[in-house]
Order: sequence, then C-alpha cells, then structure tokens
Amino acid sequence: MATDKKLCLSGRGVTKVFGIGRQKLTAVDHVDFDFHEGEIISIVGESGSGKTTLAKMLLGLISSSEGEIYFQGQKRDIRSGRKRQEYWKNIQAIFQDPFSAYNTFHKIDTVLLDCIRMRGGKHLPQARKVELMEEACGFVNLKYAELTHKYPFELSGGQMQRLMIARIFLLKPKILVADEPTSMIDACSRATILDYLMKLRDETGMTLIFITHDIGLAYYVSDTVYIMERGRFVEHGSADSVILRPREPYTRRLISDVPKIHEPWDLSTVVFA
Amino acid sequence: MGHTIRQIFRSGKFVVGFTILMSVLLVLVVYPWWVPDPPLQILGQGTFFPPGIYVSAYDASNAPVLYTLNLRDAADKRIESRLSQEDRLAMQEWLVADGLPESAIDLADTDALLALWEEHYEPDRRLPGMTFARMRYYQRVDAGLDSLRSAGGGEILAARNPETGELEETGMVKLTDYANISQVANVRILPLGTDNFGRDVLTQLVAATGVSLLIGFVAGLIATAIGLTLGLLAGYIGGWVDDIIMFFTNLFTVIPTFVLLILISFSIGQDQRGAITIAVVIGFTSWVWTTRSVRSQVFSLRNRDHVNLSKLSGHSLPRIIVADILPYIASYVVMALILQISSGILAEAGLSILGLGPRTTEVPTLGLMMNWAMIYQAHVLGNWWAYLPVLLTIALISFSMNLMNTGLDQVFNPALRD
Amino acid sequence: MPNPILEVRDLTTRYITRYKESVYAVDHVSLKLEEGKTLGIAGESGCGKSTLALSLMGYYFPPLHYMGGEILIDGQNISGMKPDIVRKSILGREIAYIPQAAMNALNPTRKIIDFIGDVVRAHDPSWNRQMIYDHARKTFEMLGLPAEVLQKYPVELSGGMKQRTVIAVAVILSPKVLIADEPSSALDVTSQKMVIKMLRDMMESGFIKGMIFITHELPLLYNVADEIMVMYAGQIVEHATAKQAVFDPLHPYSKGLMGSIIVPESGLRDIKLTAIPGVPPNLKNPPAGCRFAERCQYARAVCRGTSVALSAADPNRLYRCVVPEAELRRLYQSGD
Repeated sequence: MATDKKLCLSGRGVTKVFGIGRQKLTAVDHVDFDFHEGEIISIVGESGSGKTTLAKMLLGLISSSEGEIYFQGQKRDIRSGRKRQEYWKNIQAIFQDPFSAYNTFHKIDTVLLDCIRMRGGKHLPQARKVELMEEACGFVNLKYAELTHKYPFELSGGQMQRLMIARIFLLKPKILVADEPTSMIDACSRATILDYLMKLRDETGMTLIFITHDIGLAYYVSDTVYIMERGRFVEHGSADSVILRPREPYTRRLISDVPKIHEPWDLSTVVFA
Repeated sequence: MGHTIRQIFRSGKFVVGFTILMSVLLVLVVYPWWVPDPPLQILGQGTFFPPGIYVSAYDASNAPVLYTLNLRDAADKRIESRLSQEDRLAMQEWLVADGLPESAIDLADTDALLALWEEHYEPDRRLPGMTFARMRYYQRVDAGLDSLRSAGGGEILAARNPETGELEETGMVKLTDYANISQVANVRILPLGTDNFGRDVLTQLVAATGVSLLIGFVAGLIATAIGLTLGLLAGYIGGWVDDIIMFFTNLFTVIPTFVLLILISFSIGQDQRGAITIAVVIGFTSWVWTTRSVRSQVFSLRNRDHVNLSKLSGHSLPRIIVADILPYIASYVVMALILQISSGILAEAGLSILGLGPRTTEVPTLGLMMNWAMIYQAHVLGNWWAYLPVLLTIALISFSMNLMNTGLDQVFNPALRD
Repeated sequence: MPNPILEVRDLTTRYITRYKESVYAVDHVSLKLEEGKTLGIAGESGCGKSTLALSLMGYYFPPLHYMGGEILIDGQNISGMKPDIVRKSILGREIAYIPQAAMNALNPTRKIIDFIGDVVRAHDPSWNRQMIYDHARKTFEMLGLPAEVLQKYPVELSGGMKQRTVIAVAVILSPKVLIADEPSSALDVTSQKMVIKMLRDMMESGFIKGMIFITHELPLLYNVADEIMVMYAGQIVEHATAKQAVFDPLHPYSKGLMGSIIVPESGLRDIKLTAIPGVPPNLKNPPAGCRFAERCQYARAVCRGTSVALSAADPNRLYRCVVPEAELRRLYQSGD
C-alpha cells in the first residue's frame, strides 16, 4: 500500500442508519478507511452491501449518522451550502445509469457550461468557453460541433458516459467517485470508458474510487480493494493480495463464485440454501 | 417545449376536449354582444315561460303594413288552436246524444270532429233534457266556428275617445291579415324560456358558465399552488418538514372535503359569500391530493442521479427545485390543475344546490341556477328548460376537461401510448 | 445419428413498429441442438438474442411477427401450427422459456402452488388440486427445492430462491428444451451459482434434453455452454464450441467481444481490453454488406458491397466474414 503518499480521504466509524425505531436499517456500519492521493480504490460489494450509500456519504450527498470523514487530513465540514459547494470542487462523481444522470430538459452545453462556471470561468468570453468545451469533448473523442444543441438522450449510453468523463475533465477534481460506471453499457464500450478514466487519472493525478459489484473489474483497475459485506469492510489491501490471496471466508466465497475462464468454476461445492 | 406542445395537439382526445372548451369560451365572449341584457334582469311577469319566440301582440296587430295572405289551411290551424278542450267535450256530448257511439269520436282529431259536427249539428234542435242556456251555448260555439272559417271575418280594433269616452273603431284585423315579423317592433327570442323569476335562462346560463369557470379556475389555481408548494417542500426537503406537512395533509384527507366545505361556507354566512370567496374556500379545501402526489413524485425524483449531479455542479436548492424537479412534474401538475378546475366547478355546483353557494343577488352561477330550479320545483312541473341546459353545460365542461386530461396523460405517460 | 432435439432452419422474425416499420431482429438463423447439450447465445444488448429466444417458441404476438423458417422439436415441425395449439400443447410441454427478470413476474398475492395450478390447468384442465400438489412436490424435490416453498408467497423467498422456483415452475411439465434468457443476471454471484447448478443437474439427470442459454456475461456462458453462438445485429456471426469461441474467435466482432472479458484471475491486469468503437447498425435499415463493417478495423471495400454468408471453418464451426480463416488468424497475430 502506498503509505508514503498523503492521505486524501479517510473515515473513522462512518455509519449510516436509515429509518427509525423498529424499521431501522444500518446500511453502513462503522467503517474505517484511508484513501491516499492518486490511488485507485475499488469498493466491492454485492447489492445491498451499502456501497452506494457509502459513496453518497463520501460525496456529501447524504449525511452520516455517526463517525467522521476527513478530507486531506482535516475533519470535513460541509454543513453550510457554501462549504458544500467548495467541497464539491474537490470531489465529483460518475453515476451508474447514464440515462438517468442527465436532466433531459437541458442541452449538453448546459452540462459543460455548469462545469466551466464551477471552475470560476463564468465571465470568460464565449469563444474561450467553446474552446474549453471542445477540448473536453475531444478528450473523450466526441465532437463538440456535433453535440452542441443536442439533448443527452439523443446519444448512446456509451457516449453519455463519455460526456460524463468530459465533465470531470473540465472540473479536474481531486477525487472521482465512479459508481458502477460501466455496468449499464455494453462490454465493447466498457474498455473505452475505462481507458478514458485511466487517461484522465494519469493526467490529473486524481484519486479514483470505483464502486462496483464486479470483482474482475475491481481487480483489473485498482491498486487497493475494499470488500464490503452488509455495511462493513470485511477485508482490504492491495488488489493482488485481496483477489489472488483472500484471507476472509466471505471474500474467498465471493471470488470462488465468480465464473472464470482460465481456472475451473467448481459447481460441485454448491450447497442449495 | 414546442415539441411537447406539438405532441399534445396530436392527441385526438386532447384536441376534442380543447375544442369544446374553447367553443364554450367563445360563446361566453360573443353572446353579450348579441344580447347585452344584464343576466339577472327580470323580463317576465310570471314563472317559467317556455322556450320560444315572443312577439308583441299589440305591435303585430298595429304593424305598419298588414299583408293579406289566403292560406288554404289557415282556418283549420286556427280552429285547431282555438277550439278548447271544454268545447270539444261539449261537442262530443251533443254528438253522443245524437246517437253516435262514443268510440267513434276522436277528440284530438279536429278535422274528423268538425266533419261529424257539420253533419249532425242542427242549431234549432233541442235535445232531450237540454236546458235552453245549453242550447244557446252550442249555438255560440257553432257561430264561433263559422266566423273563424269565413273569409271576411275579423275583429274590430277600438280605442276610447279621450274626449267623449266612447269606444271608436280604429281599424280591423281580418282573418287573412299577416304581419311580417321583421316589421314587428318588439320580438324577443327566449331560446330557453325564462326561469321562476321571469329571467332569460340563456343569458343567465352564459353568465353563469363564465362565473363558474372563473370559480373553478381560481379554486384550481389556489389548490394547485398550495399542493405544489407543500408537495415540493415535503418531498424534497423531507425530514421534519415532511412530517409536519404530511400531518396536516393526512388530517385533511380523513375529513371529508365536502363536509368541510359546507361548514366553512355556512360559517362565512350568506352575506359574505361572493363568487371569489367561494372559489377561495374551495381552493383551500382541495389541495390535499395534489400535495400527496407531488410529494411522492418529488420523493422519487430527488434520489435520481441528475439531481445529485446538479448538486455536485454547485447549484442552489431553489435552482435544483426549479430546473431539475419542476420540469419533470410539470406535465403532472398541468393535468392536476385541469382536474382541479373541473372539480372546482362541480364543488361550487354542489354547494349552491345546497344553498351554500355565492349570495344570490349579484351573479348567477351554474350551481345557483340549479338551486333556483330546484326550489321552484322546475323538475316537478316539467319545466325542463330551467335545469336541463345547466346540467348539460356542467357535464360538457367536466367532460371536455377530463378529455383534455386523458389526452395529456397519454402524451406524458409513455405506458398509455398506443 | 439421432435427430437433434431442436433444429431451426432459416428462422426469420421481425418487429413491426406502430409506424409500420420493420425491424428484422432475427435474420435467417439456423441452429442444431443435440440431445444433452447446452447452446449458448452471446451478444450485446439489442443484437436480437432475446428476440431469438422468443421466436424459438413458435408463438408470436404483436409486435413480433413470424416471417419464415422452420422450428423442429425432436423432429416435430411446430412452425406451421396454429397459435392456439402451440400455446396448449407445445409451450411448457415441449419447449419452455424463462424470460429475463422472470422472478419479478410472480403475483405477490398468490402462493407458489396456486401459480403452478394455473400453469398446469392451462394445459390440462382435468388435473385436480391433489394431483397438482403431488406432481409439484415431486418435481421440486427432484430439483433440490424444499417442498415448503409451494405453500409460500413470493415475498417470503429470497431472490435466488425465487428465481429457482420460477425455473422449476417453467419445467413443471417436463419440456424437452429449455430456453433460459439471462436467468441469473439479476442475482448475486452465490445465488447465480446455485441457479446454474440447478440447470446443470436438470441436464445431467435428463429431466430436460437440451438447453439454450442466453447471456451477455461471457465468463458465465463459457462455463455453462457446450457451444456458443455469437449474434450481432440479428445475425449469427460465429458458431463454435465454447472453448473455440472464447479462446480462438474467428469473427472480428467475436474477437472484440472476447477481448473485453474481465475475470478475477492472475494475469488479468497484464492484458489490454479490446474496445470496439461505434454503435451497432439500426435494424430498421441494416447495411447491405457485412453489418459489422462500419466498426471493423479489418474492413475492406468488398465488406460493404454484398451480404456475407456464413462459411465453415471446420465441420462444426461457422463464421460470417469474407476474409478467409488463415488470413484472419494472421491479422490477429500481427495485431497482438
């Protein structure tokens, strides 16, 4: 693990409880984590493990019920709207479903102009804004001239997700949380999306947090893997150590249950529950 | 936006509903040009004049020119309308006494009756048991029939001489005299007759439709505005704000709205209840369902990623509500508004029928017209023109609005598209 | 050689949209399924694999329309039969179908046994309650499902259990062929493995004679299927054994698809994933030549001209490309 690097985001006892009384549901249960600058982290869990809730807490979209999150070594304070907006200059997200991630009433320009405004470029001359948008679209191999005046839903899923990356390119945050960025798009477009994300990280040195249920994907992209089960981290460490030499029974079971192609997928051990 | 409007007008149901409503509005605008009378002016002395064209009898007989027309069946028509039921019965009695079987006489068939009368009646014959007075009566009936049929008959017009006090002949109206209706000074068409106070029902109906639409519109706007605001707040902010709003919403849900409406209207008192007051009362009692459904829609919208993205883009709460939430529920809110307007009209009608509508001296409303018709027993007396057109208007407006609503639903809800 | 359990010749079906446009979702598909074998169908979303599954049952309802071809189940031709007869005596008895997200189709207000009763009586009204229950219990026990499930409501079952129950209901009348369309994609990996185990057991015990397994998850398909058919834009572009299809694909599209496989195995981090640029063609108006030409890095002028037929690389192996096998291999070699 890259212990020599500076801490970027960390948490102590972070907990989220939904509901009250007997309907109480602990989605995230006292988790501790240390994400370093420039690291690629995967948080792996099955559906209902609380990984998306954790992602939303990291993003500051929902508050935590308990525990503290530290940003660059400082206690994160996002109680006021102004402070939240300041925080969101540093942390951004890519969501799972590109079809629901855009406001369908706004054209693509609006999405990109929002980012320029957020970087303090509200009063730039129009030509400079267009230049920036062209650059961002060019980064993900989209043509701005073809996109301007179009609505997001006129693009394919892969293109929409690339536009999301263009947005991040404009914003250049310190941390990017990618919540299942490839699970809704076809396998053939997946590599493209991952390539652009990696290129973006190499250029900006940002911390990349993948939230995924796909252990293969986590292994492929990340330096550090956190395995989450029912709101808790059961195991974490370097990708090689966690995926190839898992210590915890849950991780072992999870990895053995994923179908593979070079190693046998043993069905004889299956016990009907 | 333009695209959406084109889509809406491609929906047959919406277009039909919209056309009906616009036609109604057009009538509301055009009609006062044609009949400028105030809607509550009392025209007739008496109640429930039937629909028709009213011609001044005086002006007709004193028309500048009287034309002579010799129409073949004029006499028969005249006799038909003048021969009273009493006379007919008397004629039957004579004929039966003359030996005809009662079954051979059809009182409704004037021609056959007269033919029999011609054939059997003898003015000087005194049937057994008949008084002298009765015989004279028959002679008068017969003479009347003759004069109605004779070519030279007519009636003398006379006026009292202001000096002598004597009646002097001023003219003669012959049976063959006709006045052209366009030359008659006073003609009034009452297409739907008059009501119990002698007021023109159609003029009143047009005015009432306008007032009722206004009441519906004001009530609908108020209800939708309250419902939308509370629904947005409850759904988007959630937490204790949601709890408080939902507490009141649930409170209003379990109290039957109409009962509440009656109680409020009653406590305001007859003198204070204007049309707008009623509209406001209706508006303030019918926001509940809009709140509930806006809240649930916003609830699911606020967890959508595009709202999260908007937050991450640094947008403020009002902007997120206006730009990222409202457009998604706009179609629904428009539909709710249309339904609220039509139910506002119905609520006013319901209140007024119970006598709790706007005070009765200023403006008519559809509900008030129903109320008056009911109090004066138009439905018992068979005076259909006093209530049926009102009912049809209410039905037409509700129908057109519901049709528009269904059409909008089809456009905005992909699951209902065929 | 015995009859294949399922044989399809030149099956073509299309969707007719409400604007009267035709979408050829299944375009001249032929396949043979031998007894005891599982045929896997791979492809991206919108390639026509789910439509193929629907079309294989011989029962069409708008907007899907039958255009031509034959479907033979155990030698019996069902493509000319009346829809009513197909529904009553073929579906469920000869061929069964598990659609995507089937487990969400259970009526939450009825017990599983009631649901089975509906299925059975739709085919044979003479069954009484006891007969249905006995038969259902026998089948469930054979398939490794506890009999208590029969008396439960869908909400009382976990996702994996619900899916296995739905599969058991689909095969309650012991069909010869089972078509499973993404039967495990909504489940977590552990439940997925149970579902696959159950399907495998059904095949091994001879309860069903053949299976068509459709999924976009290639590692899973590789482990389940004996043969794999790769579909692209309504057509079969490659048909080979599972091993060949995954490790030695011939068609450039299959090559790209297999190059995007991610599995948690050592060595994965060293390979570079293949990306295919562009999007599949619109099937309302498919290109005249090779449908993949627009996205293919090896495309030549001839690819865009005339349509490409399936050619045989060896007796059990088909691919749809104008470039000969040897040359394709050379191209892939130099590209790597």
